[in-house]
Amino acid sequence: MHPLIELRQVSFGYGAELALENINLHLHPGQFAALVGPSGAGKTSLLKLVLGGLQPNQGEVYIHGQLLDGQPNPHVGYVPQLETIDWNFPVTVEQVVLMGRIRRSTIWPWPSATEKRQVRAILEKLEINHLAQRHIRDLSGGQRQRVFLARALTAEPDLLVLDEPTTGVDMRTAENVLHLLADLNRQGMTVLMTIHDLNAAAAHAPWIICLNRRIIAQGRPEQIFVEEILNETYRGDMLVIRQDGMLFVQQRPHSHTYHAVVPDPVPGHEE
Amino acid sequence: MANIFLQPFQFEFFRNGILVAVIVGGLCGLIGVYIVLRGMSYIGHGLSHAIFGGAVVSFIMSWNFYLGAGLWGFVAAVLINQTVRRTKINADAAIGVITTASFAVGVALISRYRRFTQSFDAALFGNILGVTTQDLWVVSAVAALIAVAIFLIYKQLLFVTFDSEVARVYGVKTEWVDTFFALILASALIASMQILGVTLIAAALVIPAISARLLTDSFNRMVILSTLCGASTGFVGMYLSFYIDIASGASIVLLQASGFGLALIFSSLRKRASQRIVHTHL
Repeated sequence: MHPLIELRQVSFGYGAELALENINLHLHPGQFAALVGPSGAGKTSLLKLVLGGLQPNQGEVYIHGQLLDGQPNPHVGYVPQLETIDWNFPVTVEQVVLMGRIRRSTIWPWPSATEKRQVRAILEKLEINHLAQRHIRDLSGGQRQRVFLARALTAEPDLLVLDEPTTGVDMRTAENVLHLLADLNRQGMTVLMTIHDLNAAAAHAPWIICLNRRIIAQGRPEQIFVEEILNETYRGDMLVIRQDGMLFVQQRPHSHTYHAVVPDPVPGHEE
Repeated sequence: MANIFLQPFQFEFFRNGILVAVIVGGLCGLIGVYIVLRGMSYIGHGLSHAIFGGAVVSFIMSWNFYLGAGLWGFVAAVLINQTVRRTKINADAAIGVITTASFAVGVALISRYRRFTQSFDAALFGNILGVTTQDLWVVSAVAALIAVAIFLIYKQLLFVTFDSEVARVYGVKTEWVDTFFALILASALIASMQILGVTLIAAALVIPAISARLLTDSFNRMVILSTLCGASTGFVGMYLSFYIDIASGASIVLLQASGFGLALIFSSLRKRASQRIVHTHL
């Protein structure tokens, strides 16, 4: 059986300098993978290659064994970073979710009864059915993430691609979003996401891909979250703590850091 | 009263003019929604100037005005799109360079061949006296084609306007939609030039749309409101133009600006009222 996504010796750059170099990656149906790495590591470029939004300078991207030749990937549901959305745009939740059906929609400007039914079913699944007629600006962070997840699911994808789904939301909302993705994955959905929060990735993603221009390592969190691999990925001094079967990652503070940020006491106000 | 309403209709120029004003007003209102939501309000202003260059060239080369100027405007719009897409230049800068250069071509040719300065006053400021029955048919046909085109790509246009990059991922041929929209815009500007004039088209594109945006949070309602606002101000503006004896484009745009002022007041009052309700409930 072909992998769902396969990148063969892919290199990509925005100019002379390569953002991604010699990437070999397989993603099989049913996998849940988190792509981690520092800013500028090429995570979003890699996602865009998978989405068909970018073409590699070298190498090939295959979907279900078929070459993706500069065309959008028809098997994918994409959730962009929430920060890129214009929240004042005059659309309701239902209208946004209906956009996901654009490939299968009728020529008429209004949705068919079937389309409306399908959208309602997905909104219900994500427990946001009551928000269907709400303007997108009037939603909380978690609700917003669910709306764009619903749009992706409406496309009936084999693969969900999410760009930083936990950025810009509070810790509890991030937890909820990751639980939701895990649930969808248990129901058979393949998930590929980029994420900055290494602790959240360690807790929720069963497969981690460390990227910094090239793939440094990939595997289960307990294999990947070791100081050598993280140091190489982030080019920093990373600390990994294991406690009660959980993994915590922290960057070691520089010894002089605190001296630099503590201001001198104001004369006359010393304790 | 009825006499005041019906009297202007005895003149053919008024009958043609008011029909064209209603059609053009509605058309600009409809297209303006997409322009405003894409944050490209300046494109109407720029392209109308670019088309002026095309109009002058068409006149000199003895080409058909609609075809020559329309093609010129379309090429300018595509050039702007491609410049933004393929370079680091922002839309406002690309519009500034391409359309102003195009306008300059028109100005240069006018100053070289001074004999037709008078006829281009109408193109610059709008003139209802110049609307012929043939113009009425052309404008009606262009408006009908544009309305059908927007109807057919309504969902794609909405998605591209909301988020072009993601729309492409979901299979929308965004380059085609952009090019198609450039063609629609150029056609609408050509159709509007006679009645509104180059200098006032931009306002007719933007004001109804932003007024509608102030009144609703629904895209569909915004499209309907903006189109109705454009058409009704075209109708009333023509009466004002007739009775006060001012340029048709100016009266339509001034009416729209007044409508915008009212929409602004209404939306501020509504916002204040809703804040008061929230306050009461806290």
